[in-house]
Amino acid sequence: MSTGPVRPRSSILLSLAAPVAAVLFALLFSSLVLLISGKDPVAAFSAMLSYGSRLETFVDAVNRATPLYIAGVAVAIGFRMNLFNIGVESQYILAALISTQVGTVIDLPAPLHVTVIIVVAMVIGALWAAIPAVLKVTRGVNEVIATIMLNAIGVSFVAAFLLARWDSEGQDTRTADIPESGRMPDLNGLFEIFTREIQKGRHVYGFLLVAVVVGLAYWFVLNRTTLGYDLRASGANPMAAEASGVPAKRMILIAMIASGAIAGLIGLPDVLGDRYHFGGDFPQGLGFLGIAVALLGRNNPGGIVAAAMVFAYLDATAPILELEGDAPREIVTITKGVIIFAAVIAYAVVERAQRRREVAAAARATAALHADEDSGGGGGAAPAAAQGVRA
Amino acid sequence: MTAAVELQGITKRFPGVVANDRVTFRVEAGEIHALCGENGAGKSTLMKILYGMQPPDEGTMLVGGETVRFKSPKDAIDLGIGMVHQHFMLADNLTVLENIVLGSEPTSGGVLLDLRTARKRVEELSRTYGLDVHPDQLVEELEVGERQRVEIIKVLFRGARILILDEPTAVLVPQEVEELFRNLRELRASGVTIIFIDHKLDEVLAISDRITVLRGGRTVGTVDAADVTAGDLAEMMVGSELPSPETRESTVTDQLALAVSGLTVRSPDGRVVVDGVDLRVHRGEVVGIAGVEGNGQAELIEALLGLGHHVEGRVELDGTDITGWHTRRRREGGLGYIPEDRHRRGLLLDAPLWENAMLGHQTSAPYAKGMLVDRAATRTRTEDLVGTYDVRTPGIDVTARALSGGNQQKLIIGREMVADPKVLIAAHPTRGIDVGAQAAVWEHLREARGKGLAVLLVSADLDELIGLSDTLVVMLRGRLVATLDPAKVTPRELGSYMTGAAVSTEEVA
Repeated sequence: MSTGPVRPRSSILLSLAAPVAAVLFALLFSSLVLLISGKDPVAAFSAMLSYGSRLETFVDAVNRATPLYIAGVAVAIGFRMNLFNIGVESQYILAALISTQVGTVIDLPAPLHVTVIIVVAMVIGALWAAIPAVLKVTRGVNEVIATIMLNAIGVSFVAAFLLARWDSEGQDTRTADIPESGRMPDLNGLFEIFTREIQKGRHVYGFLLVAVVVGLAYWFVLNRTTLGYDLRASGANPMAAEASGVPAKRMILIAMIASGAIAGLIGLPDVLGDRYHFGGDFPQGLGFLGIAVALLGRNNPGGIVAAAMVFAYLDATAPILELEGDAPREIVTITKGVIIFAAVIAYAVVERAQRRREVAAAARATAALHADEDSGGGGGAAPAAAQGVRA
Repeated sequence: MTAAVELQGITKRFPGVVANDRVTFRVEAGEIHALCGENGAGKSTLMKILYGMQPPDEGTMLVGGETVRFKSPKDAIDLGIGMVHQHFMLADNLTVLENIVLGSEPTSGGVLLDLRTARKRVEELSRTYGLDVHPDQLVEELEVGERQRVEIIKVLFRGARILILDEPTAVLVPQEVEELFRNLRELRASGVTIIFIDHKLDEVLAISDRITVLRGGRTVGTVDAADVTAGDLAEMMVGSELPSPETRESTVTDQLALAVSGLTVRSPDGRVVVDGVDLRVHRGEVVGIAGVEGNGQAELIEALLGLGHHVEGRVELDGTDITGWHTRRRREGGLGYIPEDRHRRGLLLDAPLWENAMLGHQTSAPYAKGMLVDRAATRTRTEDLVGTYDVRTPGIDVTARALSGGNQQKLIIGREMVADPKVLIAAHPTRGIDVGAQAAVWEHLREARGKGLAVLLVSADLDELIGLSDTLVVMLRGRLVATLDPAKVTPRELGSYMTGAAVSTEEVA
């Protein structure tokens, strides 16, 4: 590597090194915790590893990763312009319940039925996210505070009122089931092209395809459209973006509402692929996990895939710890927490290193150019001598 | 007699600039000594050195005849030097008394806050120096002048005998200025030494005993206030000779490119910061705005770009009324912008050069194709721009942060020029860049002017203003106070208008 491009391959390796180092450090730290509590970390992690390499565990991990990925993208949309949508949590729960209820009462041909559910979920998420957006734009209310409050309101609203009203079973509170036409077929067939037959009772959620579309759309809008450019510019330097003509308030509205619309989809992999109803045992906390996933994945569409898979794998393999590994499954929660800590630190370190390299490379290149030119004649200082410089 | 403060051969360098160049500065005990100079003359740096906020690279400091070396403001405070900053550092929700003792609370027995003793001392200080304050009033209820008095007492409370006031009148209305001056005279009568930083010459002459003028980081001289006129001081600040504009053909046409009438801008707290400005720039003309910074130039520019709030008046671009347009429409309509602070307003530091090259033009060809970014065209355009405008960089994928200030500026100039604007608003286009890059920027501006570009140039650099402008206007306290011919203006005239020594709207040209 001498006078190559400024982003050499080693630089890409450097940015991959950060998350990998974070995960390794977290495993090391977790091992230490196990050792201190008198457990055998080698046995624990090898149990996780052998369980994790089974096809069914992989399917389980993919199913867990799908909503995590969507949640990560929802959060990342806000992050890209320095908006903290902490409200993803209530956006998806509210959206999941209402769209499920809509799905139970309508009767449409299969593709249309599913589409309606998806659209309703997105609209509900978007509307719920529009509240803090409008408050921020018109009254300057901090979106972090507003979305935290709306989480409290939204989640309680779902639990205390909506679910109670739409309760169809006597004992465990839940909506009715969505009819067959509103369910999404699994992707087992697609997977089995590459693998052996998946055991009965395991289904790869069909919603995985929607998640893929979400990821591609996120990447495309952000990197290939002027809207995405405006959004990234606003996040990188709001003052400069404003001077370049980006309408700051409109961007806040767009980003927040888009984030909410995507957040509305988080609950659907479960609803459309497995449960077909919304009940009191519906998975919660995915919105907050989305924040962690977006952070670990650096708001990058590909990075979020990796981050979601790491988290999903840890969750999918955790149950085996108690069965075979002789360790409490809570160790996985510690591992996840340490990953985030370590990743934040590692990213900061790597970023500084990259910045230094780049400045040095640019200085070297400039010096080389200067050396070439200085032999041709000195630069003039006075305005009158300016012609000499640009010759 | 020993001087209260004596600075000898103080030099302070920052990357790329020498802020203080062998400055000498001597303040006698018990005098009011004004420190004058334009922005960038080195006043603030010198005061930061004296107050221990920055160490000098070279030179010696004597306080009361003893050589001192300050590590932090605490050392300066221990020797009785106190500073009243231009921007007050008070906690709004605490009382006057609480603010005064904050950070140096008197205690009884080492733990308990002894507010009674504190109150006694504050009342005593207030009486002795005629500084009228009410200890129990909340700071948020105070007028600006009263807040300043609290700041002064705060400094005296810490035992200061040498008081540094950084542009104390900048925030005050005329009656408050008189009140402040009365206070300062009383302080002087009780033996306090006062160093007073200002560039309003009428005020400086009214209050000080002696005046030291800095220019370009060097001491021009120290004079007795009684011996000089505002005109003399203005000349000292600006320099005895102005650069002569190079002889060249005028390219000014009679086609109006930018017409501003009755433009008034208010700050969020209601003060008028731009006051009924009328301005015309023709195709092929450079109109330069001279003036000490902070007289409304920045707000004028923001208003022209549609970034300001509380703006009244009318703006026409090429005959079209753009008053109600938002920024994007104005930029698409042919308004180019070279910001004063390229890092804040002009660049995405962590984005690659090719993304920076489209900033401000991201919705126009060749950068945009409908709703999409045309990456190939953008990259090609950036490559061209980097070549034409001599941006020295290893490639267009490096981030803007990696470039030197001069190369960042050339990128910005290039990006605005290739967009072929009708009117270019250039604020301090060569600030903080080396002479080679400066000459190149000037040449680009001249070339574009020759092709019919209308330029509104705001600058603190007189070489730049006089060398580039066809017409020179002076901005003071939000108003355009003079229109001058850059070829004929004298330093005395220019300095007098800039500092308010000759407030008049008469046309000199």
